[in-house]
Amino acid sequence: MEKFEKLTGIAAPLPLVNIDTDMIIPKQFLKTIKRSGLGVNLFDEMRYDREGNENPDFVLNKPQYRDTQILVAGDNFGCGSSREHAPWAIADFGIKCVISTSFADIFFNNCFKNGILPIALPQEQVDLLMKDAEKGSNARMTVDLEAQEITTSDGEVIKFEVDAFKKHCLLNGLDDIGLTMEKAGAIKSFEDKMATERPWV
Amino acid sequence: MTAPKTLYDKIWDAHVADQSEDGTCLLYIDRHLVHEVTSPQAFEGLRMAHRPVHAPDKTIAVPDHNVPTTPGRENPEQMTEDSRVQVAALDKNAKEFGINYYPVTDVRQGIVHIVGPEQGWTLPGMTVVCGDSHTATHGAFGALAHGIGTSEVEHVLATQTLIQKKSKNMKVEITGKLKPGVTPKDVTLAIIGATGTAGGTGYVIEYTGQVIRDMSMEGRMTVCNMAIEGGARAGLIAPDETTFEYVKGRPHAPKGAAWEQALAYWKTLYTDEGAHFDKVVTLKGEDIEPVVTWGTSPEDVLPISANVPAPEDFTGGKVDAAKRAIEYMGLEVGEKLTDIKIDAVFIGSCTNGRIEDLRAAAEVLKGRKLAPGVRGIVVPGSGLVKAQAEEEGLDKVFTDAGLEWRMAGCSMCLAMNPDQLAPEERCASTSNRNFEGRQGYKGRTHLMSPAMAAAAGVTGHLTDVRELMELEDA
Ligand code: SF4
Repeated sequence: MEKFEKLTGIAAPLPLVNIDTDMIIPKQFLKTIKRSGLGVNLFDEMRYDREGNENPDFVLNKPQYRDTQILVAGDNFGCGSSREHAPWAIADFGIKCVISTSFADIFFNNCFKNGILPIALPQEQVDLLMKDAEKGSNARMTVDLEAQEITTSDGEVIKFEVDAFKKHCLLNGLDDIGLTMEKAGAIKSFEDKMATERPWV
Repeated sequence: MTAPKTLYDKIWDAHVADQSEDGTCLLYIDRHLVHEVTSPQAFEGLRMAHRPVHAPDKTIAVPDHNVPTTPGRENPEQMTEDSRVQVAALDKNAKEFGINYYPVTDVRQGIVHIVGPEQGWTLPGMTVVCGDSHTATHGAFGALAHGIGTSEVEHVLATQTLIQKKSKNMKVEITGKLKPGVTPKDVTLAIIGATGTAGGTGYVIEYTGQVIRDMSMEGRMTVCNMAIEGGARAGLIAPDETTFEYVKGRPHAPKGAAWEQALAYWKTLYTDEGAHFDKVVTLKGEDIEPVVTWGTSPEDVLPISANVPAPEDFTGGKVDAAKRAIEYMGLEVGEKLTDIKIDAVFIGSCTNGRIEDLRAAAEVLKGRKLAPGVRGIVVPGSGLVKAQAEEEGLDKVFTDAGLEWRMAGCSMCLAMNPDQLAPEERCASTSNRNFEGRQGYKGRTHLMSPAMAAAAGVTGHLTDVRELMELEDA
């Protein structure tokens, strides 16, 4: 997993409540053999018409938001099924942080497994960030995980909470595999021991 | 003095690379088998994280689940789009990550659980995993072998370890001798019939007793294969001369001095006198009859001489399950099992797709024909099994009897390729799962041994194979 340290980038406003996993990635895209490549179908039904043409009104299709890295969304983001395809699609698009007043539980946890930082904040603060995001590509927001701070384009600072262990994993880019890799030394010495004890393996 | 250990304890202890305070272990994996269905996202994950495969030389891949089994199958046109994409992905991943690979065009290709032992990748005392629940098969060698999920596949690819907690120890002992006509498949089904599909949940089973000791490696693999249907993550059989004999000379088995060193170690792999088992089940070999399943769970096992049970014969949730199963299977309560007419015969799968299985079926089919209206396919478990069978003329026996002789793969065991039952079509099958829809939408599966499946094919209904054997003797 990529390390999440300090992120400065374009934030897109998506002021809809209850964005569910079907909206994030419709089920016809689950037959894939990949985790990557789902980014083009992120928010598929909102983003394209039936013929596959882009809907110019959808925020991520607007020129100033094509490189969005931070999403500011309405309440209860990520509800619905447990499909990990939802965070896969978000990450593949290039979004690394989602800000809302609340998240569905499974989605929230799945984000961390895929290098995405979900941040839950009180309504007023989300409103403020939503306004900032509406300014477009000249207004860059900064999310500093280490300091647990969001800085708006006007320099306003908002503090956020995050579970200490999850923070540690994200900062160091650790998933289960990453955590195991911290024990590379133990694995290596086991392999060395085996090379003499059971060389045929 | 150290406390006596079970075989499972010994293999487990020999593979703990690290242990956390809460008892969670990092278990080192000696062999990782990979197939096309559960691996694509795992390789994709490695790519995204720029990780290599930690030990490509210990990783073996083969496409088996959705490859066609008809001649000319190298032509991708024969596959459905989903299958083609998955097989192509495995081709690419195997090449890019430099792992051992047996493509569809290789004569050694076959069902992953048949190829592993055949090539000598599976050896006693090893830890073996695969993104497939029937990995339990490899336990026949005294290897700790079990299935894993896609995220774990990625974990093993990246680190050659698995984060694991230890299971409990269970012993299943089969004493005495089997009667003529009773095979390893009957033994493993009878065990599940006795313990239920949840009987082994939370346990690793060690199969012991004279019946197991007398079995060939093929038979032992059949027994361990279905440990998972009994709820256990893994089944084990202590290695002995039969095991060493089978392993010796296989392409990836140790040779020369390494063989001697390995052999000395393998001989320490048995359960110590007085070691503790959390659960013990004992069956008498003489009590086991040729069996078939009547319902839609592998525990729905009955001797062939029995009748279709009534839902009221059961208790609890099983009453409704039995009712549903009888309806799904299109059976009459009280009907004799031997009156159930079949439409199809499937001989193959990782349970019964080895040479001995084909020999047993051929012995029954020799000089006989499938009953009118019955269709049959024989799918060898690997290209090498196929070649061996052809050398022995078994293919001829099958085709003369009216069955189709196919190429290696999982085929109608799970019907991911075009080999499927039609709705309500009834099959005498040597595979391992009789779930609703397993062999095709609304298809009806009766699990049994290869000899029993062949017998059913000949008579057109479920049959006690011993009747045909007696005919032979007369
Ligand atoms: S033969 Fe059947 S049970 Fe065995 S690996 Fe293939 S699909 Fe799974």
